[in-house]
Formats: sequence, C-alpha cells, structure tokens
Amino acid sequence: MNINLTILGQAIAFFIFVVFCMKLVWPPVIAALQERQKKIADGLAASDRAERDLELAQEKSAQELREAKQQAAGLIEQANKRAAQIVEASKGDARKEGEKLIEQAKAEIVQELNQAREALRSEIGVIAIAGAEKILETSVDASKHNEMLEKLAAEL
Amino acid sequence: MAGKTASEYIQHHLQNLTYGQLPVDYERFDGTVLSETSWTIAQTSKEAADMGFWAIHVDTMAWAIGLGALFLFVFRLAAKRATSGVPGGLQNFVEVMVEFVDTSVKETFHGKNAVIAPLALTIFCWVFLMNLMDLIPVDFITHLFTLAGFPFMKIVPTTDINVSLGMALSVFVLIIYYSIKIKGVSGFVGELTLHPFSSDNLFLKLVLIPINLLLEGVSLLAKPVSLALRLFGNLYAGELIFILIALLPFWAQWALSVPWAIFHILIITLQAFIFMMLTIVYLSMAHEDSH
Repeated sequence: MNINLTILGQAIAFFIFVVFCMKLVWPPVIAALQERQKKIADGLAASDRAERDLELAQEKSAQELREAKQQAAGLIEQANKRAAQIVEASKGDARKEGEKLIEQAKAEIVQELNQAREALRSEIGVIAIAGAEKILETSVDASKHNEMLEKLAAEL
Repeated sequence: MAGKTASEYIQHHLQNLTYGQLPVDYERFDGTVLSETSWTIAQTSKEAADMGFWAIHVDTMAWAIGLGALFLFVFRLAAKRATSGVPGGLQNFVEVMVEFVDTSVKETFHGKNAVIAPLALTIFCWVFLMNLMDLIPVDFITHLFTLAGFPFMKIVPTTDINVSLGMALSVFVLIIYYSIKIKGVSGFVGELTLHPFSSDNLFLKLVLIPINLLLEGVSLLAKPVSLALRLFGNLYAGELIFILIALLPFWAQWALSVPWAIFHILIITLQAFIFMMLTIVYLSMAHEDSH
C-alpha cells in the first residue's frame, strides 16, 4: 500500500499504451467498421434502386405491351378495311368485266346474226329459185326474176 | 498458509514484490546492517515500507504491462487483418469492443478529439484485464512464485493504489491539458475563480475569488482522487474477501468463493466501465466552454 515509483511506471505505461492504441489499433478497426457501414448502406441503396428500376421496367413493358396491342388492333382494322376495299374493288371490276363480256357477247351475237342474215339473204335467192324451179318445174331465169328475188330477200 | 498465522497470511498476500532503495546503516530482516545505500528486493513488508518513494512494485508493473501488452497485441492483430468484408471471430470481438467504446464516447463527448476514444478503449480493456486477475484463485500463482523464491507476488495490479492513482493522475493531467488548450489559461483560471459565485461588484468579486477557488479546486482535485480510490477500493476489498475465504478449510471455500467470484465478474466489468465513463465525462467537461 505504499505510494512509490510504481505510480510513475504505471503512468508511463498508460501513456505508451494509449498512444499505441491511438496510432495502430483504433484507426484500422474504425476504418473497417465505417467502410463496412458504407458498403451496407450502398448495398441497401442499390437494392432499393434495383427495386425501383424493376418497377419502372414493369411499367414500361406493360405500356409497351398496351401500345403494341393497340398498334396490332389498328393494323388489323386497317387490313380488314383494305381487304374490304379490295373485295369491293374486285367486285366492281368483275362486274364491269362481266358487263363488258356480256356486251361483247351481245355484239358478237348481233354480228353473227347479221352475218347469218346476210348469208341467208344471199342464199335465199338461190333457195327460193330452187324452190320455185321445183314448183314450176322450170328454170327460173335469175336475171329475169332478180327484181322479185331482191324484194324477197329484203323482206327477210 | 503453511506455518503462518492468519494475519501473516493476509499480510503476505497484500504485499507487493518491491524493488527499491534501502538507506545506509539499515538493518535488514535477517539482522545484517547495510554498509552503503543499496537497491534490493524487500524481503518483508517493513522493508518495503522503509524504502519510501524510491521503490517500484515489480509484480504490479510486470502484470500490468504484460496485460496491457496482451490487450494491444490481440487488438493489433485484429486491426492489421481488419477488412470491411465478413469479419472473423477475433475481428468480430474487437469490433464489438471498439463499437461499444465508440458509442459510449459519442453519447457523452460531443467535441472533436481523436484521443478520447482510443484512450477510453485502452482504459476499459486494460483495467478489465487487470481486474480479471482477481478471479484467479489467490494462492494459485502467488504460491508458485513463492516456491520459485520470490518473497511476495501480488497478481492483481488494480489492488495496488499506485496503478489506479497512476492512471487517475494521467487522466487528471489530460483534464488540465485540455482545459487549458480549449479555454486558454485565462479561461481555465476564470472557471476556477469566478464560479459558482459571481458578482458585478468588483470588490465582491475579489472577495468571492478565494471561496470559488476553494470550491472549484476541491471539485477538480476530487476527480482523480475519486477515480483512483473507487477502482482501488472495490478491487482491494474484493481481493481481501477472497483472501479471507481462502483462510477457510479447503472443502468449505467453494461455498463462498464461487458466489463471490460470480458477483465479482459484475464488479470487475462495472469498475472498468465506470473508470472509462468517468474519464470520458471529465474530459468532456474539460472541453466544454460554457462559462
């Protein structure tokens, strides 16, 4: 229980230990602690950000999907319209074509009718003469009876 | 306690291994008279006392420095390997200690000072380790050293008033140093002389100065004294009770020593913590420029 030099020895040891602790122990440990703290904070912030990014991406994809659907619907509608148009147009064309064909056919018919009529006209004289010859048992002089024959042919 | 009376046994256990100076013509324990002033190891408590101030407690110093070095070695080891990644067991432990001290300091001390926190850590760990020696059975190491020829061996440094007083006075020096550094000499002197009683009247002010100085001086000096005596008293009393328990027959000792040791686990931690906290508080007060 005597107070003696030990008190000084203790004070000196204390001083040295504190300095050692201050220079070589405290800074690395506290630096590691702070760095880890920062890392954790960064990690948490990053996960927050990732969550937000995910949300945004989801929103964006939903929007794009909606837009795509709209676009597709628009395209389909357009296509339908176009198809209807084409159908309409082709219907019109077909009708026109048909009419044209019918007219052509009619014209041809008329032409052929005329031709047949002409042919008949040219041949009717001969047939009439032949018929008359049979009836009269004499030959008919075509040149003599030409006037009559022509009258006949015109009646046809 | 071979061949010794109870009081001899207790005294033996409470005596430090002292190396010091004995004056010329001093009569040693064995009757020899010194022909000249000499440095030697005290063989009796009386010799140790007669050495006066010029003596050193070898056991106290060795155990204190050894334990302090152990603390710093372990912590330095962890500090060198400290990573911000996943910490290992040792680093984890060290970080828990550092964080605990850091939190305590931050809660109490609001200034900016790089010394306070490492100082508090050193105090806490070192005092704790020195207190921890109290839990080693009192005869264990002491007896081994006695067999090896040492006259005394006291293994709990904090039961030596020199240790607690040495640390308390170091803290006191820091208190004075920071008081003057932060407030300046005039600020510090003003704090000691112009409070708690102050007056606008110059004459009254002069009259009050000695009263204030007395009050503030006492409260200032009480800081290291209370710091030292609290730690020393607790540990000394605890050690003494362990020694008294050791006087019982060996088959009965456990009934008292075990509960006391368990209780002591609380005391040694608490005393280390109190020493640290009060140091922080005192230094925090030294930094406060409130007046």
